[in-house]
Amino acid sequence: MFEQLVDGVFWNIALIVFFVGVIWRLITVLVLRSKRIDYSVARNSGVSGAVMANIRGFYPRKEVSARIRLQVIAGYMFHLGLFVLLFFAAPHVKFIAQHITGFTYMTIPYWGFIVASEIAFAGLILLWVHRVLNPVTRLISKRSDHIGTILVFVVMLTGCMALGEASSELRVLHRFSVELLMVYFPFSALMHAFMFIPSRAFTGAFLGRRGVNV
Amino acid sequence: MSTPLERGVDMLKSQVDARVESYFSSCTHCGVCAEACLFYTETDDPRYTPIYKTEPLRKVWQQNFTLWGKLSSSLGLSKPITENDLSDWETLVYDGCSMCSRCTMVCPVGIDIAYLIRKVKEGMAAAGFVPEGLQGASQRALKFGSPMGLTTKGLLTAVGQQKKEHDIDIPVDVVGAEYLLMLSSNEVVLYTEFLTAISKIFSAAGISWTVSSKHFEATNTGVQMGDSVIAAQLLERLLEVASELKIKTVISPECGHAYTTFRWDGPNILGRELPFNVVHIMELLDQLRQDGKLKTTGSFDERLTYHDPCNISRRGGVLEQPRNLLNLVAPNFVEMNDNKEMNWCCGGGGGVSSNERAEPLRLQVFNVKKRQLDELDVTTMVTACSNCRTMLEEGLEENEMDVEVVSITELIADHLA
Repeated sequence: MFEQLVDGVFWNIALIVFFVGVIWRLITVLVLRSKRIDYSVARNSGVSGAVMANIRGFYPRKEVSARIRLQVIAGYMFHLGLFVLLFFAAPHVKFIAQHITGFTYMTIPYWGFIVASEIAFAGLILLWVHRVLNPVTRLISKRSDHIGTILVFVVMLTGCMALGEASSELRVLHRFSVELLMVYFPFSALMHAFMFIPSRAFTGAFLGRRGVNV
Repeated sequence: MSTPLERGVDMLKSQVDARVESYFSSCTHCGVCAEACLFYTETDDPRYTPIYKTEPLRKVWQQNFTLWGKLSSSLGLSKPITENDLSDWETLVYDGCSMCSRCTMVCPVGIDIAYLIRKVKEGMAAAGFVPEGLQGASQRALKFGSPMGLTTKGLLTAVGQQKKEHDIDIPVDVVGAEYLLMLSSNEVVLYTEFLTAISKIFSAAGISWTVSSKHFEATNTGVQMGDSVIAAQLLERLLEVASELKIKTVISPECGHAYTTFRWDGPNILGRELPFNVVHIMELLDQLRQDGKLKTTGSFDERLTYHDPCNISRRGGVLEQPRNLLNLVAPNFVEMNDNKEMNWCCGGGGGVSSNERAEPLRLQVFNVKKRQLDELDVTTMVTACSNCRTMLEEGLEENEMDVEVVSITELIADHLA
């Protein structure tokens, strides 16, 4: 019964909440944006500034890199590891082919999955330990940051447990945790996965018009 | 009749726009911004973390513009903003932030934190939580025309002194002049050498210019305290005199926030394009150099460096022009380790310099500039903002450092061919 719900109704609800929620949040930004006009005379192109800021944001500025080494390294470990697991783990590719694309593509071997998951786990744990122990991040972190971290951790953990596909219960547990994450996603700090693009674009365009590269 | 707190909260609500929405939605609270802020790096106090300073606005956004926030508020699960919150944040926003926006440059998700701080200040100002020093400066600006209380009489006295001491005629209220030079009170009262220098350069270049006796003040306390109404009132005065004098181009003097106010923020505060061009004095001098109208002779051989004023470089985009000018006359010009759009602030921007309460903190965070200078072993520091100049001089004096602070315009004027 629970398995049927997780594979059926719960999944459909999670999908709808996720996509409608994310699109609604993004539309909110675009609609609000349309009300804003910059009356100053641009020195350079704002569009180019927006594009450059989105690229530039992927690597830290040398002036602060020594002070943020842990966040950068752990951040890349987690995000790259998660990206590889999400899109190249064999069960995920199979799932995507069955439910979305209709075709399969390259998958990572079993050892690759283990390496990617260890890197992602290490990154996530390092980031969370830093969040809790560092006076700055401890002060500024919100409940949503911790809930998001725990949900992602649980999703990754149940995913690893379900990897061997030895038990249907473990697969269902993994899928259920993913559904919880998807429902929580649009209303939490996890939205940064999409919102970083307009955020960088706004600042890049704003400063780009002034002739400053972010 | 609403209470000051209600007015502040309403103002904060009205500040939420697409940028605010995307910024708060993308913040992961990673703390990277702290590492770029001199108020944090020099105090190790996490409360000076830039994004933390925007908390009142974030709270209003979260409680009024997000689903969970609205739900929590309606169920009484989240605490609304109180007067104590605003009182606590007043010192963080006005004393512990110079709006230098260095944090903006390092944010991994691209949040323009200075933009958010500016909006927090709007809420603070509406609720009446503004430092006395800034309030006084603002009242003097509205009443007398200048935050230092300098009147037209004071300007004309300075003009007369230029004639008497240097035989220099400063054109006043010339209708049809191409350029209108705005001045900060600092340049009329404290650094009168600037007036002498600019007059010599303009005379040599043969350009048509004037100052206005009716409204000469370039600084805008409304912008500094975060009050758009006052900011707009002061800007309207500029528009009025520029129209009366039929001015084509307004020159921002060596003043950082005056430049960003005229050139970038002003049109948006007023909600319309300005009917004239705006140039910073560095841009104009560099243009004169390119046109062959600015010729220099000799050189300043001391080892010197350049302090980038945040509002001119990082927020204004005037990065190469001062360097082009320095390369004309200063063969021993060396860059600080962090420069141009990643410079460290003097500590007195964003109205901090007008806020007497913030002085001990401002002098403490000057340590970062001290370290930069110690690495270079220079005898002279050049800058292009009179407010930075005062802050730098005070910091140097506090640290008993033997470094002279000089304006670029004055340095160039001293080497006119």
